[in-house]
Amino acid sequence: MRITCPICGERDRREFYYSGHALALDRPAEDAGAEAWDDYVHNRDNPCGETRDLWYHEMGCGAWVVVTRNTATHEVIATQLAEDTS
Amino acid sequence: MRFSGLRVIKEGLTGNKGWSAHWRDPSPKDAYDVVIIGGGGHGLSTAYYLAKEHGITNVAVLEKGYLGGGNVGRNTTIVRANYFLPGNSEFYSHSLKLWEGLEEDLNYNVMHSQRGQIVLFHSDGQRDTAIRRGNAMRNQGDDAELLSVAQLRRMVPYLDYDQARFPIYGGLLQRRAGTARHDAVAWGYARGASDRGVDLIQNCEVTGIDVEYGKVTGVQTSRGAIRAKKVAMITAGRSSQTAAMAGMRLPIESHVLQAFVTEGLKPCIDHVISFGMGHFYISQSDKGGLVFGGDLDMYASYAARGNLPLVEHVMEAGMTLMPMIGQAKVLRSWGGIMDMSPDGSPIIDKTHIDGLYLNCGWCYGGFKAVPASGHCMAHLVATGTPHKAAARLRLDRFRTGYGLMDEEGTGAQHNLH
Repeated sequence: MRITCPICGERDRREFYYSGHALALDRPAEDAGAEAWDDYVHNRDNPCGETRDLWYHEMGCGAWVVVTRNTATHEVIATQLAEDTS
Repeated sequence: MRFSGLRVIKEGLTGNKGWSAHWRDPSPKDAYDVVIIGGGGHGLSTAYYLAKEHGITNVAVLEKGYLGGGNVGRNTTIVRANYFLPGNSEFYSHSLKLWEGLEEDLNYNVMHSQRGQIVLFHSDGQRDTAIRRGNAMRNQGDDAELLSVAQLRRMVPYLDYDQARFPIYGGLLQRRAGTARHDAVAWGYARGASDRGVDLIQNCEVTGIDVEYGKVTGVQTSRGAIRAKKVAMITAGRSSQTAAMAGMRLPIESHVLQAFVTEGLKPCIDHVISFGMGHFYISQSDKGGLVFGGDLDMYASYAARGNLPLVEHVMEAGMTLMPMIGQAKVLRSWGGIMDMSPDGSPIIDKTHIDGLYLNCGWCYGGFKAVPASGHCMAHLVATGTPHKAAARLRLDRFRTGYGLMDEEGTGAQHNLH
């Protein structure tokens, strides 16, 4: 699997650290309540098909990248800097 | 159909014409007391113990493919009870005891081989941890022996002891650990359940879970609707999709775990050997193939096949530990879908929907759990209360923080298990 870093270009997957589903970017408000926080920290949609992950380009430029990817085929569909997604 | 020595001899002398199918192939009925979604090891053992221990035989196991075609038929077959934390320790201890009586119980040769498992350590700190874990294993009623490097050299002389990076300081041995023939475990439970009246229905995919007024009433399937008083979701790597049919989101991420087997070799590895520092574990099958694996591919996947970076990593770790296997040819590899929970431990619990039960979160270690998982799940479904060996395997432990079983000490967080 190869991932295109928006800054560095296409790179080997081993240059990146996987940090799970990109819902990590949708952090609840501090006072959102225990239920919202439990859901955010632990529960996942975990789709079979298209998903959005958060990857850290630790062996490259250090960017956080949102990767749109198919979990059934490992096809990488799109990549985007995490800071550009909000 | 029962196996016996006499029967084997008789069949051998008469052309093996008397053997019959191991389980019935019924059409689904309109309604059951219990419907089990998933015909893998855990689903089949649940059905078996529901019938045997609780007399509940109006049960259907619905499998979208064929029985035992998922992870139970593709794993590294290791059976052990070397867990540490309360919750896991009594559960896997319970499972190992069930393994030890399984062949007699099922009248089926599952080739359970207590060849011993050695977990290596490579530093003083790891030795201390191994001693502590060994004491915990003895406290839970199981066996553990600490091996010095001199003892280890006599037992397994072929390891690379003096390597620069991870010199071997010793190992923790559990003699009662070992392996079992994974397919036979599925087949034995299937036959035992079918003989007791359970309907095992293959090629039957569940497409919906019916819930009315907070109570489960049945399932929709590719072979029609089936009513049920109770429904158990036991679908391992597919747990998220199954639970979504009941409107639930689970604390599960699905990952792929690869494993490998070589050509058949003469007997050379007598134990199960685990090399935690390199993420590598190996045993030799009774056919002679070296069976080994490593870590997850480390990103969410349903591909049922891995990618090459992890293949390379596993081969490197294997060569680091035991250079002697370098000439062995790898015949095949495969990838299974693992239902990874945030704390690396399983979930056996009721759900918030009346009559709907959940069994998932087996991570990369479901095979050794098959007997206890089914035993405890059947107890829960039959009685409505958790079995004492599975009392801490609750779904709400992430929300409450009570009883989190984080064996790796990495925190109850996705992506770290």
